[in-house]
Amino acid sequence: MSNQVNEFAFKIATPNGTGSASANSLIMQTIFRMGIPVTGKNLFPSNIQGLPTWYEIRVNKDGYTARTPIFDMMVAMNSATYEKDIQEVRSGGWLVYDSTWPLDERLRRHDINFIGVPLAEMCASAFRGVRERILMKNIAYAGALAALLGMDTDIIRALTKEKYSKKQSLLESNDRAIDLGFNYVKDNYACPLPIQLETMDATKDCILIDGNTSASLGCVFAGATVGAWYPITPSTSMMEGFKGFCQKYRRDPETKKNRYVILQAEDELAAIGMVIGASWAGARAFTPTSGPGISLMNEFLGLAYYAEVPAVIFDVQRTGPSTGMPTRTQQGDLMLCAYASHGDTKHICLYPSDPREAFEFAVAAFDLAERFQSPVMVLTDLDIGMNDWMIPKLTWDDSYRPDRGKVLSAAELDDLKSFSRYLDVDADGIPYRSLPGVHPKGAYFTRGSGHNKFGGYTEDGDEYQEVLDRIARKIQSAALAVPAPIVHRRAGAKLGLVTVGGCHAACKEALDLMAADGTPIDYMRVRGFPFGDEVRDFLESHETNYIVEQNRDGQLRSLLTLETGVPKSKTESILYYAGFPMSAHHVISGVQKTARRAS
Amino acid sequence: MSYIAKPKVHHPSLRKNALGLTRRDYEGAITTLCAGCGHDSVTAAIVQAFWDLDIEPYKVAKLSGIGCSSKTPAYFLREAHGFNSVHGRMPAIATGAGAANRDLILIGISGDGDSLSIGLGQLCHAIRRNVNLLYVLENNGVYGLTKGQFSASADHGSTSKKGEINGMNAIDSALLAISLGATFVARSFSGDKAQLVPLLKAGLAHKGLAFIDVISPCVTFNDHEGSTKGYAYTREHQIELVQADYVPEHSEITTDYEPGSVKNVLLHDGSTLRLRKVAEEYDPTDRDRAYALIRERQRLGEVATGLLYISPDAPDMIEQSEAIAEPVYNQPFENLCPGSAELEKLQLRFR
Ligand SMILES: Cc1ncc(C[n+]2csc(CCOP(=O)(O)OP(=O)(O)O)c2C)c(N)n1
Ligand code: SF4
Ligand SMILES: [Mg+2]
Repeated sequence: MSNQVNEFAFKIATPNGTGSASANSLIMQTIFRMGIPVTGKNLFPSNIQGLPTWYEIRVNKDGYTARTPIFDMMVAMNSATYEKDIQEVRSGGWLVYDSTWPLDERLRRHDINFIGVPLAEMCASAFRGVRERILMKNIAYAGALAALLGMDTDIIRALTKEKYSKKQSLLESNDRAIDLGFNYVKDNYACPLPIQLETMDATKDCILIDGNTSASLGCVFAGATVGAWYPITPSTSMMEGFKGFCQKYRRDPETKKNRYVILQAEDELAAIGMVIGASWAGARAFTPTSGPGISLMNEFLGLAYYAEVPAVIFDVQRTGPSTGMPTRTQQGDLMLCAYASHGDTKHICLYPSDPREAFEFAVAAFDLAERFQSPVMVLTDLDIGMNDWMIPKLTWDDSYRPDRGKVLSAAELDDLKSFSRYLDVDADGIPYRSLPGVHPKGAYFTRGSGHNKFGGYTEDGDEYQEVLDRIARKIQSAALAVPAPIVHRRAGAKLGLVTVGGCHAACKEALDLMAADGTPIDYMRVRGFPFGDEVRDFLESHETNYIVEQNRDGQLRSLLTLETGVPKSKTESILYYAGFPMSAHHVISGVQKTARRAS
Repeated sequence: MSYIAKPKVHHPSLRKNALGLTRRDYEGAITTLCAGCGHDSVTAAIVQAFWDLDIEPYKVAKLSGIGCSSKTPAYFLREAHGFNSVHGRMPAIATGAGAANRDLILIGISGDGDSLSIGLGQLCHAIRRNVNLLYVLENNGVYGLTKGQFSASADHGSTSKKGEINGMNAIDSALLAISLGATFVARSFSGDKAQLVPLLKAGLAHKGLAFIDVISPCVTFNDHEGSTKGYAYTREHQIELVQADYVPEHSEITTDYEPGSVKNVLLHDGSTLRLRKVAEEYDPTDRDRAYALIRERQRLGEVATGLLYISPDAPDMIEQSEAIAEPVYNQPFENLCPGSAELEKLQLRFR
């Protein structure tokens, strides 16, 4: 059998809460530093300790990062899921297990190779205390994998040294555990296996980062000063990230005081209210949340829309409806976010596809919110937010200055004869704003009740409608300001494929595979809402457009047909909403299925 | 219908404050509440308090939820920004605004429906955070704007206009505030300007959340026999515990007080709150005593009014957040953005 160099996938099964994260990131980082493209997907339960967890690592020399459904190797560290885990290995693949206990013969498969490593036994004699033994067992399997896959041991040493530079005893334990696994495997099996790593040079300008971290960094770089939140998976680490970066970058060097305020609210209603209050008073303010939080925020979002107050909301989507599966991914809030709240509303939405765009769109969100004086939703998902992605390094243009929108300064107000909050002075649908505490002439009464263009209370139908119609024009004009769709046309393509957000990785791979197979398909990834003409033109230029997304009801498809007027009959849904990241296989089989139906 | 702007006619004989402003300059649009509504009297007391304190109106942000009471920020301080938000959520707006700009003088107006039902959680947490806010709860025991349903402050056994008897116990907002650790708790009556104005002034000078529950009768739905928050009932059963006189730091204290019955409380801005004990020996800095006293009076069918509790030195929200002394909202961008070199350096962490 030929070797699979830098092109394979393996999976590590552990019980939740046993500390496998540091072993898994050690493996990921080693492969990454060997210059080989790698992605990791953490499939974890909604539980603190005990339930099964899997970590999937895909190594791909061509740089494809989507989830793969085929696993060449399984590291089965969780006896509770042995049976299922063993079944998941492809025929001819490998299973690594802890041979401290004999394997139940009924589980043995004859078409795969079993690699037993007495991890628990080795760690029991090498380490003291239950805790250290359990933790080091994980590091020991990392050592075993290092030998089996041919990892660069110098890189592993360098990584543990960096990580434990201040904790000598931990460094020693880690190195010892790595050696245990490594040497045992070397002595007992032919290493490396046919699935193996070979140093490349494809990650030099890249980083490994999750989208919550990069989005929070975007908030820091954009100059956000107020963050309000209520903890919810999978968004929680975003505020933790923001706090960490602020402690590093936002302390006044002299007074040691903070140039930011973080408010842990009592619920998401309060969190969005705080963001609206802070933005109204002139701060760049944001809240990270997930679907249940957006549901609670609805009333306030309508207020911000109608009273024209900026707000930035990050929705790290998870599966719904209701509590759903909190630790699983989905794109189930596309509709909710686009039209959140009662009455006629429509919100500017941004759809990053990976952590790099999460960083960039976080910055864009503040500019758009202040420019259009309206809520802006940034929709990521659990996969983007919590998994480590290999992305090109983040870059920053030091000439960037925030677009604070039409906010009148004290001097400008002073020069004005009079100020009216909702007058369309520039005929672009965007009125001028004033901040409290700045100048007597700036005073106005912000309200969610009917108001006329001067800001006065009204129950006059014409006055009311005039304002509402202007707001509609204003939001529609944002279609030109949100990130443009990415369109990639292929020669000879008759079909179109449209997607959003994190499905990009799977779509890109699927389209390449299908093109190589003789079916070129045009591609569009929408990145912002409201949609511009380009989106409609793309849909119109194909008889059939596949709409690929991760929800049951085809929400992107509905949005596209609702907003562009393109008939639904020109679109076909390809849906995957089981809660895991999509793979190219889902896209290809979706295309094939509809093609079969059509013929 | 547009809102009615009040003609701003200056009467030459109107007295001016230190800023050269008359009380008219602290007024707002003409009220659209029912004639005789207690809320309008509270508005008048607020106008008086701001005028007395020589506060520049534009430095104030006046916030509210939804209800008849929550409409009233439109009726005072026309030169201040107002925010009539959503039902029960004024505290969140105040918290955010205060976080962004710590120099804003925040006054929040709410009703008993707004604060004790839909917004009970937000009230509690604003108190816990000690947001620097004067929180005025205009308490009439009913939902005025939705036409007379019992609110959570309606007393057990009181009757509605339609004759229904309330069988549930009332939430006493002052007891609630004290038990939550509020740093300033007072109760007054809309018809008692002499008591209310000094309390409002003291509340404005207080650093942190100053909570004032003002019994403010709804003449349309809750001023009949059987209601316990009507004019007649309240006048009869109001027991003044403590009379507060607020003395700004720059004025001399000239008034004479009866010896042995005056307590001075120093507020954070250097001004003094003089408390005259008219009822009995009462120490408003003793939290347990305050709680007990409200309960004792309640049992007698009386309403204890005045400054019930104060803790002038507790850190407010913004101090707890360790924020810089200046507002964060207009920090220069250079102070906020780490820049490309830092980004480059930081990313070594992600390799
Ligand atoms: C979410 C929501 N639910 C219900 C209402 C209807 N509503 C408006 S005011 C009000 C009660 C107001 O009572 P209170 O706060 O005591 O004010 P009052 O009118 O008595 O001064 C209600 C229930 C609303 N505006 N919003
Ligand atoms: S209904 Fe009651 S609370 Fe509302 S304005 Fe009239 S008197 Fe005041
Ligand atoms: Mg009421």
